[in-house]
Amino acid sequence: MLRYIFKRILMMIPVMIGVTLITFSMMYFSPGEPADYILGELATEEDKALFNEQNGLDKPFLVRFVNYVVDAVQGDFGISYSTRQPVIKEILSCFPTTMKLSLYAELFAIVLGVTLGVVSAVRQYSFIDNFTRIVAMIGVSLPSFWEGLMLIILFSVILGWLPPSGLTSWKHWILPAFTLSTWGLAACMRMTRSSMLEAIREDYVRTARAKGQTQFVVIMKHAFRNAVLPIITVAGTDFAKLLGGAAVIETVFSINGIGKLIVDGINTKNAPLVQGGILFVAVAMSLINLLIDVIYAFVDPRIRSQYSSGKRIKRKSSKKATVS
Amino acid sequence: MLMLSTKQDASLSQDTISIGGHGQAKEIIGRFLRNRAAVFGMVVVLFLLFCAIFPQALTQYDPIEQNLRDRFAAPSAEHFFGTDEYGRDIFSRVIYGCRTSMEIGLISVAISCIIGVVIGAIAGFYGGITDNLFMRFIDVLMAIPNTLLGISIVAALGNSIPNLIIALSIGSIAGYARVVRVSVLSTKGTEYVEAAYATGASDFRIIFKYILPNCLAPIIVQATMSVATTIMAATGLSFLGLGVPAPTPEWGAMASSSRAYIRDYWWLVTFPGLAIMTTAFSFNLFGDGLRDALDPKLKS
Repeated sequence: MLRYIFKRILMMIPVMIGVTLITFSMMYFSPGEPADYILGELATEEDKALFNEQNGLDKPFLVRFVNYVVDAVQGDFGISYSTRQPVIKEILSCFPTTMKLSLYAELFAIVLGVTLGVVSAVRQYSFIDNFTRIVAMIGVSLPSFWEGLMLIILFSVILGWLPPSGLTSWKHWILPAFTLSTWGLAACMRMTRSSMLEAIREDYVRTARAKGQTQFVVIMKHAFRNAVLPIITVAGTDFAKLLGGAAVIETVFSINGIGKLIVDGINTKNAPLVQGGILFVAVAMSLINLLIDVIYAFVDPRIRSQYSSGKRIKRKSSKKATVS
Repeated sequence: MLMLSTKQDASLSQDTISIGGHGQAKEIIGRFLRNRAAVFGMVVVLFLLFCAIFPQALTQYDPIEQNLRDRFAAPSAEHFFGTDEYGRDIFSRVIYGCRTSMEIGLISVAISCIIGVVIGAIAGFYGGITDNLFMRFIDVLMAIPNTLLGISIVAALGNSIPNLIIALSIGSIAGYARVVRVSVLSTKGTEYVEAAYATGASDFRIIFKYILPNCLAPIIVQATMSVATTIMAATGLSFLGLGVPAPTPEWGAMASSSRAYIRDYWWLVTFPGLAIMTTAFSFNLFGDGLRDALDPKLKS
C-alpha cells in the first residue's frame, strides 16, 4: 500500500511540471507588461528596465521557467505584484476558506444525495422517484452563478433570512455552500440511485429477504454496502471539481477564497499570483484524487487484498489504477 | 457449383447484414421515441436551434440598440421580459443570446470532440510509448480544474468569442480522449479487426473504418451532454467578465451586468438564467435519452 502511494506521488511530478509549463507559458504570452501595470504610466523606460532586471523578467523564457520551477519546489511562488507579499502567503490565507466551503458543500451533497438516491431506488418509478429524478436533472443544468443570485434574491432580498455576502457568522455559509453543492448533490443522487438499483437485484439481496430480514436491514446492510463504491468515486471527482468551481461562487458571494484570488489576479495582471494559485489548486486536486483511491482500496476488501497479497497481483492492480 | 453456392451465400449474408443494420437503427429510433422526456428534450433543442438561426423571426427589437427612455421597464405585453439598464429589450437579447451560446457550445464541442477522438484513438491503437505520452498530456489537462483552465486561457488570449471557444475546447479534450481510448482498447482485439489486418488494410483505415464506428455510441452521448456543460461553462466565464465582450447579447454577461440591480429589478437576472437552464436541461434530457436508446444495458 505504501509503495503504491509513493509511486502515485512520483507520478504526480511530471504532471505538475506540465501544469506549471502550461500556466507559466499562458501568463508569459498574455498581453501587457507587468512593469507597465505596476509602475504606472508615469514610469520611465529606465524604471521599467530596472524593474524587469530585479524581477528576472529580462531573461529568456526557458531560464525563467526553470527558475520558477526551482523556486516553486521550495514553496516560493514569487512576490504578488499588488500586495508585495509572497504569493504563497496570500494563497495560504485564502485556501482554508475555499477548503471549508468545499467541505461543507461536499458533506451536504453526500448526505442529501445518498439519502434521496437510496429512497429513489427503493421506490423505483414512484412519485418521489420521478420527482427527485427531475430535480436532479434540473440540478445538473443550473448555472451556479445564477442559482446563487436567485437564492440571494429569495433569501436575502425578499425574505431577509440570510446575509447575501461575506463570511462572518455561520449563517453566511449556508447560501454559498448550498449553491456550490447543487451539482454534486444531483450527481451523487443519480449515481446512488443507479448503483442501488443494480445492487437490489443481486442474488444476495434476494437471499437476505428470503431469510426474513427487515426491509431496512436488507437495504442498508446488504444492498447499500455493496453499492457504495461508485458513489465514492463520484463524490471524489466532484470534490476536486468544487475547488475549481468555487471561483464563480466566491465571486457571487464576495468570499475571499482562492478562486476569487485567482480571478482578481487575472483582472489585475498579477501573473505570479495566478500561476501560483492554479498550481496550488492542481496539487491539491491531485492529492485529493490520490486520497480517494486510497479510501477506495480500504473500503473494498477485494482491492485491499490485492495490495496485501503477492507481488504479481500487485503489479496488475497498479496497472489497473493507471488505466482508470 | 460449389463456387456458385458460396457466391449466393455471400450475397445472401450481405443482404441480411444490411437489413440487420437497418433494423438496429430503427430499433434505436423506436426506443428513443418511446422515451417521452427525451423527445421533449429534442423538441426544445430544435426550437433553440431555430431561435439561434432565425432570431429576427421571433422579435422585432434590436438586441443592442439602447433606448434610455425605456430603462428598467417591467415585463409587459410590449416587452415580454422587460428592459435592462440601457432600455434594451431583454426578450430579444435572450433570443439573440441563444445564437451566441449555441455557436460557442456546438463549435467548441465539435473541436474538442475531433481532437479528443483522434488522441484517444491513436493512444489506444498504438499503445506503448505513444499511449504513455498522449495520456500524460491528458493527465496534465485533467489536473487543472476546467474553470481555472478556461479562465487563464481567456485571460492570456484576450476576450473574444473565438478565444472563448478555444479555451472551452481545450478543457474538454481529456474527456473524449479517455472514453475513446478505452473503447478502442476493447475493440482492438476483436475478430473483425484481425480480419481487416489480414486483408492488408492500413492503420488509418482500420482505425477510422473498423474501430471508431464501433465506439460511436459513447462519443455521441458524451458530445450531446457536453454541449450543456460547455454552454454553462461559457456563461460562467462571461459572468466573470472573461468571455464574450460587452455589447454582444450573451446570457452570462447579461446576468453579470445586471447584478447590481437585483434588489430592485428581478427580471434583469432571472430571464437570462432561465434561458441557460432550459438549454442545458433540454440537452441533458436529449443526451440521457440517446444513451438509453443506444445502449439499453446502461439504462437505469
